[in-house]
Amino acid sequence: MRANGKIQLYVAKDLNDALTKVSDPGCNWQPLAGGTDIMVHAGSSLQMGAKFIAIGHLPELRSIELQNETLSIGSCATYTDIRSDNLVKKYFPMLDQAAAATGALAIQNQGTIGGNIANASPAADTPPALLAYGAEIQLISTRGTRTMPYCDFHTGYKTTAKKPDEIIRRVILRKTNESNFLTFYRKVGTRSSLAISKVVFAASAGMTANGFISHIRLAYGSMGPTPLRALRTESLLKGTEASNIPADEAIRTLAKDLCPIDDIRSTKTYRQAVAGNLLKQFIEQLRGITV
Amino acid sequence: MNHPEEASNIELNVNDKLHPINVAPFTRLLDVLRDKLRLTGTKEGCGEGECGACAVIIDGKVINSCLIPIATVKNSKITTIEGLSGKAAELVKESFALCNGAQCGICTPGMVISATDLLNKNPNPELDVIKESLSGNLCRCTGYIRIIHAVDDAARKLKES
Repeated sequence: MRANGKIQLYVAKDLNDALTKVSDPGCNWQPLAGGTDIMVHAGSSLQMGAKFIAIGHLPELRSIELQNETLSIGSCATYTDIRSDNLVKKYFPMLDQAAAATGALAIQNQGTIGGNIANASPAADTPPALLAYGAEIQLISTRGTRTMPYCDFHTGYKTTAKKPDEIIRRVILRKTNESNFLTFYRKVGTRSSLAISKVVFAASAGMTANGFISHIRLAYGSMGPTPLRALRTESLLKGTEASNIPADEAIRTLAKDLCPIDDIRSTKTYRQAVAGNLLKQFIEQLRGITV
Repeated sequence: MNHPEEASNIELNVNDKLHPINVAPFTRLLDVLRDKLRLTGTKEGCGEGECGACAVIIDGKVINSCLIPIATVKNSKITTIEGLSGKAAELVKESFALCNGAQCGICTPGMVISATDLLNKNPNPELDVIKESLSGNLCRCTGYIRIIHAVDDAARKLKES
């Protein structure tokens, strides 16, 4: 039996109770949503004396709602909640794919999107999809709420813009009305379930009526210290004619956007090659569009 | 508030029975099941949520019990392999025996939990759906073919029954 008596766990009564706890300075209460990342370290690398506040059961944090043009996904919505939501399927299919690519059924039943974000692994499966949709993230504390672009949330390896007294409240996705809006999601791992990614790629692009790329977002996981967007490549491709995208130049530019490493799951060289190939597939999809 | 790191008395609903236990809130459900309640059908494989040997059903969903701190399930309904019942469960167990779906047996309780959960929700699954539903359960003996056959066999019998 693992000795976990020195680790504190408090089950929040409601959201206010949780916010009050995490706002207590010097106490270092950390939110525990599904726990699928935190519990892996239970009894081994978790610091004795660590304090967790369970929030995964709070209904305030769990709902998925369409409000006008935006879809709000509560931070404690599980991957299963996301996969079974028709609005997600209809308007944000990459998020549905990302949730399906995460772990396997038992993990999807327990793990949450907010936990996936807060755990801040560069290899996580949902962040690239959120980046490619230009998601926003809302943080809440006893001081109030604030909303920021999700692309500014990850500040470095395992560091985020979230203050210790804040809890991720929801992610917000804006629906698009564009008729020529394309998306692409692909996770490359060792096996199709329960594998941590070698590369994740999520992309979206819009096209003008005469076939030019009006906007484009290229997001990667496992290709740097955080989930990241390939901003140089995006500016190279924005405004180009879809039928005439400079694919080779884009792939060369992509190498400057990404900084993969060699680790237990893959190598820098392999990752860079796969990232380029995935971009090429997306470019082919864009080229194939007849406007 | 009491001191949350200390053991406290809770009642845990396992297999439709309330079990009074005294346990620290961060203790894994897996440890409570095996060491406190002596329900040793639930196995520990990896302890990291990757193998599914410790799968149980919590409030109607397959969950890896190694990832669950006990305090978060004190109001939940937990079903382990020992308490798994119903038509689908019986057929799955029979088909596993008939189709040689078990070899060393460590993954079997988790496999049976996942397969039963699938058939309770979808009595007529395609092979791909069976594979996806079992994808969180690792087996190092069978090569999976016989397990998938067993679930397919159980599904067919469930439909006929």
